[in-house]
Amino acid sequence: MKYILMMNARKEDWEAYAKWSKEDLQRNSAFMRSFSKELLDSGVFVATEGLGWPHEARMVRAGNDGEPVTDGIFPESKEFLAGYWIIDVESPEQAYRVAARASAAPGPGGTPGNMPIEVRQVLGGFADLGL
Amino acid sequence: MEPTVAKESSGVPIEHLLRELAPQVLGAVVRRFRDFAAAEDAVQEALLAAATQWPQQGRPANPRAWLTQVALRRMTDQIRSESARRRREDEAALIASLSADPPAPDPAPEEDDTLVLLFMCCHPALTPASAIALTLRAVGGLTTAEIAKAFLVPEATLAQRISRAKQSIRDSGIPFELPTPHERAERLRSVLHVLYLIFNEGYTTSAGSELQRVELSQEAIRLARILCRLLPHDPEIAGLLALLLLTDARRLARTNAGGDLVPLDRQDRSLWDRKQIAEGIALLSAALQKGSVGPYQLQAAIAAVHDEAAGAQDTDWPQILALYDLLQRMADNPVVSLNRAVAAAMVHGPAKGLELLDALSADSRIAGHHRFHAVRAHLLEMAGEREGAVHHYRAAAAKTASRPERDYLLMQAARLASQPPQLPE
Repeated sequence: MKYILMMNARKEDWEAYAKWSKEDLQRNSAFMRSFSKELLDSGVFVATEGLGWPHEARMVRAGNDGEPVTDGIFPESKEFLAGYWIIDVESPEQAYRVAARASAAPGPGGTPGNMPIEVRQVLGGFADLGL
Repeated sequence: MEPTVAKESSGVPIEHLLRELAPQVLGAVVRRFRDFAAAEDAVQEALLAAATQWPQQGRPANPRAWLTQVALRRMTDQIRSESARRRREDEAALIASLSADPPAPDPAPEEDDTLVLLFMCCHPALTPASAIALTLRAVGGLTTAEIAKAFLVPEATLAQRISRAKQSIRDSGIPFELPTPHERAERLRSVLHVLYLIFNEGYTTSAGSELQRVELSQEAIRLARILCRLLPHDPEIAGLLALLLLTDARRLARTNAGGDLVPLDRQDRSLWDRKQIAEGIALLSAALQKGSVGPYQLQAAIAAVHDEAAGAQDTDWPQILALYDLLQRMADNPVVSLNRAVAAAMVHGPAKGLELLDALSADSRIAGHHRFHAVRAHLLEMAGEREGAVHHYRAAAAKTASRPERDYLLMQAARLASQPPQLPE
């Protein structure tokens, strides 16, 4: 069963991240690299991407003429998707364990960031036979 | 089927021939070197070499000997740790010599090897995902890329599952031999389960959009046929093969032209594969006569009752209920209990089915499951309790992990909700 693990953050989290020390940034990116390798080595990796900063984000709706109407003003409290992993595991509990690993990515000073990770199942094709 | 020799191989597509030969060649190489993990890699390389060279240079007179020789050479190369350049030269020379002068066929007992390999790859020490991947590669002769595509995961991930599976085999010291009589029953159960999971994977991935993918259901059926041929006296193996055939026979009727799910009672039965149903029923009848009934035979028997009914209204529900009674006594499986509640409702009316569901609702393994809600919705609809049915169809839709099923459940809810209010009777 496939799950998507989504890391969400507010604009202020990005701004704080931009001010991390060099050591903190290096520690965090080293963790992310080894985390991806861990997922691959354990045979559960499907995909991962990081997303651009939310300052450039636009909300798009179709206008009456079908043309895009964009809006870039978001409340400060809005959470944006920062990045995601898709994994293929045998149980929801296994997905939660992987999510907890991602959540423990080191923050400033090397202490676990404990970022909230939203875990959702990816819908598949037909349901199993259930025999 | 006889061991492959040159004269019978010419008409068979190369992929089919390679898949059939893969476990035989692997068995021969493992016997020679006693290193399963390395031998499996070497055979995979030999298969890839054959897949690229044979279409261009023609098929060797003895394909099995060719593959074995190439794989053995790979093994020798690895052991000697020769340079990559040297390896290519040697291989070219070897292939030239093989094409010119085919060696005598290997007299190894390849049929036994296939069985040993199946038991090994489906060992209970492996996780299901690892066992499935390894079985498809080592016994099924599929490439890592083909298996990865079938499971919609990256090739590197699948390769990692295979190497982890081999690591588990190495760590647990599973010998390259048939299981002892003492552990045979458990090991065979594990083999049957892995084949069933492979079939289920093929059955659950949506059809149509992925034309390039290896048909996992067909592959599971092929492997079950091989197992059935190797162990013809075990009725549960025949039961599994019958179950797969009888279920797969309805494949075309399972979806409509738009890709929507069509439930069993509304399927166009003229689309069912009658030949496959006849084969499944013949296998099952022969198995049942052996007098050792197991869960796969019972599941196959239930599938057969559905397949034999000319229309949904002709279904012999009392017989299905009796089969579920037997099955429930054999295994503590809440999904079986749920299906039994449906059968009971069809025989004794929806009140009886709902009563069984109430009893099941204490079982945490199934109570929150989408299928539990779907069955409750269906039975409430039968009982004329429209609001409850709509509620449970929607609850089931919110919980299912299948998109076609979600769409179907929401459509059921919408259909019921839009009906005019019922008049009091």
